Order: sequence, then C-alpha cells, then structure tokens
Amino acid sequence: MRKHFLAMAAAGLALTMTACGGGAGPADTTAPSASTDTTATAETSAPMEDAGTLTLWADENRVDSFKALGEKFKTSTGVTLDVVEKPTADVKTDFIAQAPTGEGPDLIVGAHDWVGDLVKNGVIAPVELGDKVSGFSETSIQGFTMDGSLYGVPYAIENIALVRNNKLAAETPATFDELVAQGKSSGAEFPILIQQGAEGDAYHLYPLQSSFGAPVFTTGDNGEYTGELGMGGENGAKFAAYLKKLADDKVLSAAIGGDQAKQAFLDGKSPYMITGPWNIADFEKAGIDFSVLPVPSAGGQPSQPFLGIQGVYLSSKSENALLANQFLDYMTTPEAQTTMYELAGRTPALTESADAVDDKVLAGFGEAGKDGQPMPSIPEMGAVWTFWGAAQISIIDGTAKDPAAAWKTMITNIEGAF
Amino acid sequence: MTITEEPPRTKPQQLSHARDISRPGFYVKLVLMALVNAFGIYGILASWASKDFYILAFLAVTLAIADYVYFSKRAIPAKYLMPGLVFLAVYQIYVMGNTAYVAFTNYGDGHNDAKQPAITQILKTSDRRVEGTNTFPVSILEKGDVLSFAIVQDGTARVGDQENPLKNAPDAVIDGERVTEVPGYDLLKLADIQSRQKDVLALRVSLSDNPDDGWLRTDNGTLSYVAKSALVYNEAADTFTSPEGKVYTADAKQGLFVAADGTSLTPGWRVLVGVDNFTRMFTDSRLSGPFFKILVWTFVFAIASVLTTFALGLGLATIFNDARVKGRVVYRALFILPYAFPGFLAALVWKGMLNQQFGIINQSLLGGASINWLGDGTLAKLSILGVNLWLGFPYMFLVCTGALQSIPGELNEAAIMDGAGPFKRFRSVTLPLLLVSVAPLLIASFAFNFNNFSLIYMLTGGGPNFPGSPVLVGETDILISMVYSVAFESGVKQYGLASAMSIIIFVVVGFISWLGFRQTRKLEEVM
Repeated sequence: MRKHFLAMAAAGLALTMTACGGGAGPADTTAPSASTDTTATAETSAPMEDAGTLTLWADENRVDSFKALGEKFKTSTGVTLDVVEKPTADVKTDFIAQAPTGEGPDLIVGAHDWVGDLVKNGVIAPVELGDKVSGFSETSIQGFTMDGSLYGVPYAIENIALVRNNKLAAETPATFDELVAQGKSSGAEFPILIQQGAEGDAYHLYPLQSSFGAPVFTTGDNGEYTGELGMGGENGAKFAAYLKKLADDKVLSAAIGGDQAKQAFLDGKSPYMITGPWNIADFEKAGIDFSVLPVPSAGGQPSQPFLGIQGVYLSSKSENALLANQFLDYMTTPEAQTTMYELAGRTPALTESADAVDDKVLAGFGEAGKDGQPMPSIPEMGAVWTFWGAAQISIIDGTAKDPAAAWKTMITNIEGAF
Repeated sequence: MTITEEPPRTKPQQLSHARDISRPGFYVKLVLMALVNAFGIYGILASWASKDFYILAFLAVTLAIADYVYFSKRAIPAKYLMPGLVFLAVYQIYVMGNTAYVAFTNYGDGHNDAKQPAITQILKTSDRRVEGTNTFPVSILEKGDVLSFAIVQDGTARVGDQENPLKNAPDAVIDGERVTEVPGYDLLKLADIQSRQKDVLALRVSLSDNPDDGWLRTDNGTLSYVAKSALVYNEAADTFTSPEGKVYTADAKQGLFVAADGTSLTPGWRVLVGVDNFTRMFTDSRLSGPFFKILVWTFVFAIASVLTTFALGLGLATIFNDARVKGRVVYRALFILPYAFPGFLAALVWKGMLNQQFGIINQSLLGGASINWLGDGTLAKLSILGVNLWLGFPYMFLVCTGALQSIPGELNEAAIMDGAGPFKRFRSVTLPLLLVSVAPLLIASFAFNFNNFSLIYMLTGGGPNFPGSPVLVGETDILISMVYSVAFESGVKQYGLASAMSIIIFVVVGFISWLGFRQTRKLEEVM
C-alpha cells in the first residue's frame, strides 16, 4: 500500500515537473554548449565519445541538479551520467535491496546518516580522496567517515535555524524563555513554530535539547560519536521538564506538523519558526521579510542543531567503479561544488566553494550551525529516532504524566534496541 | 482430462480456424506464436548473458510447453488454461514460495547477500590507504597483455606490475609528476583505461619485496596510493585474521564472521535460521507483550468494521429499495461516492479533518472544540472505525441492494398474508435469504479488514503509541501494521521476521475464513 502511495506521489511530482518544465533554465542553457564542447574534445581525442555510462540515483529534489552536473561531467570525460529519479523514501531501501542483485546503480545521492546502514549491508565502497580531503569542511568529512574509512564525497551542508518574520519581531532575545515571552506578547497566534506531528520530531527539537547539555550520544576527543547515549541523566530530565513547560505554554503541539507550521508562518501567524533552508524558497516567494538566526539557548549551553550533509556514495557492486571514481573525483572540484551550490542553494562542503558564497540567508544558517554536530549515522539510529520522537510527543500531548519518567523509559528502550 | 473433453469426431471433421491455412485465424495464431517465441528466446538469451539460470530454465520450459500446447491438436483445454497458469506461477506461487523461504532465513539489514559477496566486500573495505603515505599521479602502461603502473618517486620513474614490485626505470620520460613514456611499454589513454577498468582496479603493485610495505593501487586511473589490507582471508579455514592476530571465524548459524571476544565483521550473509522468526513473536518478551493486545484489537477492528458497515449498508439498502422513496437513483449514486475514492487518499483527508487544532471537525463542526481524535487511545479507535464505516458502507449498500432485488416479492406478500409485521418479515424472510448470498462477502470483508494496512498506516500510523513500550506499536496497530513497524520501522530491516509474521497472519485469516465458509454452507442448506 505504501508503495502505491509513493507511486502516486511520484506521478504527481512528475506532473508538476512537466508543468514547470519551462522554468528549468540551467539544464536547458547548458545542454547546447555542452554538446558543442563534446564535439570539440572529440576531435582531438576520438575515443572520448561514449566512454561509458554511469547510473546515478537521486531523489526528486536533486535530480535536476545532477542532470545538469552530468552534462558538465560529460564534456570533461566523455562519460555519460544517467540520472534516475527515485522517491526520497525509496532511494536507500531500494538501493540496499537491489545492489546485491547487480541491478543497482553505480552511484547514489543521499544524506550522510545513511552511512551506517549502507556499510552494515555491504553495499557501498570506501572512497579514497587522497589529499583532497583537507579541502573539505571537517564536519562534512567526519559525517561520511565510518571506522576510519571515508564512504562518500560530500557536496552540501544544511541545518536548521531560527527564522524570524521581521515584520512581527525586530529584535531577538538571547534566551529561549525570553523568546517565548516575546512571542506571546507579540499577539500572534503562535509564539514560535516548531514542527512536531503525531510521531514527534526530535530533529527540530535538538537545538533546544543540546542547549541543556544532553546530546544524543557523547562525543570522543576527536568529536566523533562514541555510541554511548548522552541524553540520559539529570540534563535529559531537565529537558523533558522543559518540553512539558513548552507544551503548557502552547509552543509545542502534536497537531502542528511540518505543513501546518509552514502555512502558519506563511500566513504571518507567528514571528518565529525553527526550520531549514528547504522552506526558504517558499518564504521568499511569499514576499516575507525574514532573517535567519541561531536558535537562542534554552538550557544555558549553546544550541547545536544537527548538521545534515549531502553527498554521493559509490556502490560496492558497481561494474564501472573506475568511471564512478572519476565522477567522484570530479565532485571534489570547486567547479562541481559551486555548480551544485548554484543549482541547489545549499552551503558547499568544499571550503573553497563555501568561502566564495555570498548569501545572507546561507550565512545565517551557517552561523546557526557553527557548533553543530553531524547527525549520527550508526545503523541503530533508526530505532533512536522513533523512540525519541515518540517519547517527546507523549510528554507534549500529556499521555506521559511524568516527563522525567517517560524520558527514562525511553533511554531504557533505546538501550534495549541496541 | 484433455482427451475426454475433446468433441467427438464426426466424419468430415471441420478444421478449427486456427488450423485451417485458408482462413485468417491460422495466420493470427502464427503471428502471435511467433511473437511469443521471439520474446521467449530473447528472454532466454538475456538471462544467459546475465547468468540467471533459474529464469532461463523457467523460460525454456514455459516456451516449450506453450509451443506444444498451441500447435498440438490434443491439448484443447490447456489452450485456455495456459496463460492463466503461467501468471499464477509467476505472481502467486513464486511469490508465496519466496516469502516462505525468506521466513526461514535471517535476510535483513546486515545479512542481505550471499556469503561470497560478503567476503569480497570485507576484503574490499579492508584494503585501505596506509595513513600518512603519499599519493602518486600514476600512468598505466601495457606490455603484451600485462598492465603496469608507472609513478615518479623522489624524482625517478618507477615501474611495476602485479608480479614484479616497483623498480627504477631510468630511461623513462618524466613530465612533472607524471611518467609520460617508458620504452617498451604502451601508455594507456583515458579511453583505454576506461575500457579496461576492471583490470586497472584489480591491479596491485607491491612497493618492494617486503609485503609489509604495502602496495600501490588506483581507484580512478590517474592517482595511486599506498594501501595495505587490514585483514587476511584464509580460504581453507574460512577465517579472517587481523594484523593484531585476532581471528574471525565464519559462523554459519548467524551468518557472520565472529571473533572470540564477540565482535564481528560487517557485512554478514544470509543463512537459514529455522523457525526462529516464527517463535520470536511469542518468545521475545518485547514483542509478546503488545502482541496479544494488538491481536485482540485486530479482531475487534475487523469484526466491528464488518458489522457496522453491513448494518448501515443494509439499512440504507432496505430504505432505498422501497419504491415509495423518491429520487432513489440520485441517492444511490451519491452513496456510492466514498467507494469511488481511493482508500488511502480518503484516510489522509480524514487525518487532516480530524487534526486536533486545525481539523475541520473540531474547528467548524464542533465550533472550536479541542477533541484529540487521533491522539487518545479510545477516540483513535473510534475514529478508525468511523472512517472505515464511511469507506466501507457503500460496498455493503451495493451488494445488499443487489441481493434485496433478487428476493422474490411473493415471499413477502405471503408473509403479509400470514399476518407478519414488517419487523418480523425482515427478520424471518428477508435477512436469511439475504445472508445466503451476502455471507461469503462478509467473510471476504473480514479478511480484507484484518489486513487493512493502508487505513491504519495512513490515518494514525498505529498511534498513539503505548507509552514506554519497548517496540514502537500503539493502540490502533493491527497485526499487519505491527509487522511493518517491528520489521521495518524500528531501525533495522528484518525481511525474514516480516515474512514469518505475515505467514502467521495468513494462517489466522485462512482458518477463520474456512470456518466462516463452513457456516455459510449451513445457511445454504436452509434454502
């Protein structure tokens, strides 16, 4: 049944894409120049033409960017990049299921927190970037590293931040309590929007949680996660109590999912929303005058949102591993990273390209995420997310009468799942 | 059976269309069979090329049978049955067989391939760059059929191949960091490297005669690095050994390479685990606790759904079967509308309408009430039954309308003559007759609702979760959505467990349906 739904969703997306097909500027304009370039290089070295084909899976949000990038790649190597669109929720699962049969792609585009699952299933191969690693931001490499091996080439970093509607609030206080007070006195319907939904959303609450000194895992000296839960204990209980307080203050509610929060912000019903760069385009389209700011601390320590890093993985079953590595090599060039920034609008993972970006919004997100940690990528993280969200929502909607006890049960359950 | 059903042969036996060369039917058959054979042979060749020998055997046998059946005079019934049987084999028997097989394996995250690929993968990931070593721009050379690497080390060119470690090549031409020419060798161009990528990737050139120094390898044909394998595989003993001397032994029970201290290598491989998956539901205390709660709710949900939809459908059908109701056609058409909606879409729409803060039901219909329809256990159950009533009653309305119209009017007239009131007539005449034709559909409806995954998944996702439960299942989870939650959403995907659980559900539904059909046969005897 879920498949059906996704198929429908994909069909719907395909329709919308054809509808906005006229607007696909970058792809349209690069195509002709790319083909002339190919013929130019083809004359000098004839065998460059049709040097092979690589298959790459990307989800609907990234497929156009990679098609455009593929054109550029073809001009420099003669290798065709066949970009296949997959629904977001299917890229990873389908890849794990199909790679062993030999039907999978050579490369996939995905978030860094898939590393654990993909390595556990033995479907991705380590990538050796040599000295080029030093050109990347440290956290982006850290995100794609597991057991000392690098498993993908990062190209974009994103995190959530506090987005302020400048019309409804001009100044932002330094602590979250003051922020709530300010939001309430502003007269808007919601003091602050933090999306939750029926299953909870620990990701959007993490800036608050981390400010209580209750990180999901403790970190070692080199900043890597140790795999030991850090959110138990006294600090965790404090955060649980704070959740209850926010729910009583009507800041948090299970009824406000992602769509509801976004709509309420677009309608000017709240001065603040904690969200990521994916909603920015719509805010701009709606003509909202907004600023992107760090999330004020709720528990006294700096708030550290999770960093999500996008990258390209290499299938360990690829029959074209050498060509695929050439593409990964190309992904490490400033040209490719800057192209991806221009096409997708996220902070590049390559420091050289990131420094060249001059954008107020991205700078705001960068500032908000400067203390951030990559989202943990261990395979058990799936279980953590669900228990985590479920416990938080049970505190928020009041099913759990005692927040501290509910938090403790959650820790026990997560440890049980490991 | 084939022979008995053949028509008795009369003397001037008329040839069938498909055998008579003078009639178009023969050519139609010829073209169709030519197409079938063409596709079949294409499929055989394709599966030969990709070494899928089971598919090849299946295609070859099916094609042979098809040719025999459609060109033979004897197999007339088979001509009708064959296409259906082929689809049955592919879409039912194969799928069921595969599910049953998977149920006995540990197929899932960490065990998603056979043993050989797992070994290859372990070797591949353990062959890593030695930390702190340099990378070298590499030129790939060819002599005869043997590939070599050429690099520049400390200003001198060095060449080596799989058998021979790197050696100085004084007469080579160097341009910057790269060797551009070595007498006696051909330099491979990018396109040649691309076309021989497997050999290039597999090439390991030892740095020296001492294997501890490691070897050169390249991933992209332009840059090489010094690598060493962190693990050594011993094929005879089926073990991996790490440089520290830790031995990982293959454990065929778990499908993992395990060391004495309990650590293991990733990935593992698929092995048969017997009935473990079947017993886990009852022996794993994390599952068995919620399991019985959910089992009860599954039955309540399925039975209540059938009863409520049937009651409403029958009630409406009886009312609108009465000739005195005006505009019956319009009403009937309107009632069927919910049936025309895709179920999962309707569930999503209902989810929005039942939202506590923004839903139209609280906001508009109840004047701004704040009823937590989907967040409270009992209310969520009622909401699910309510939505399923809305979704399901049109079907019952349809079948009841049909069944009512087929009940002869004289029976009711006779009952009136005997002095029976309308209620008595309905109970003693209409309902028994109705049940004869509708009861099997009620059983089908029960079986459908027992596995009504899309409604639960889309409307509540099984929630609200049991607070603090060790597996993420909730008040409104039914068995099939519990399977989904346990086997897929709890972080690690466990296809083996999911298959075993769905087989258990199949057995339960099958048994109940069998009981039900036995009961309906008794109803028919009343006739």
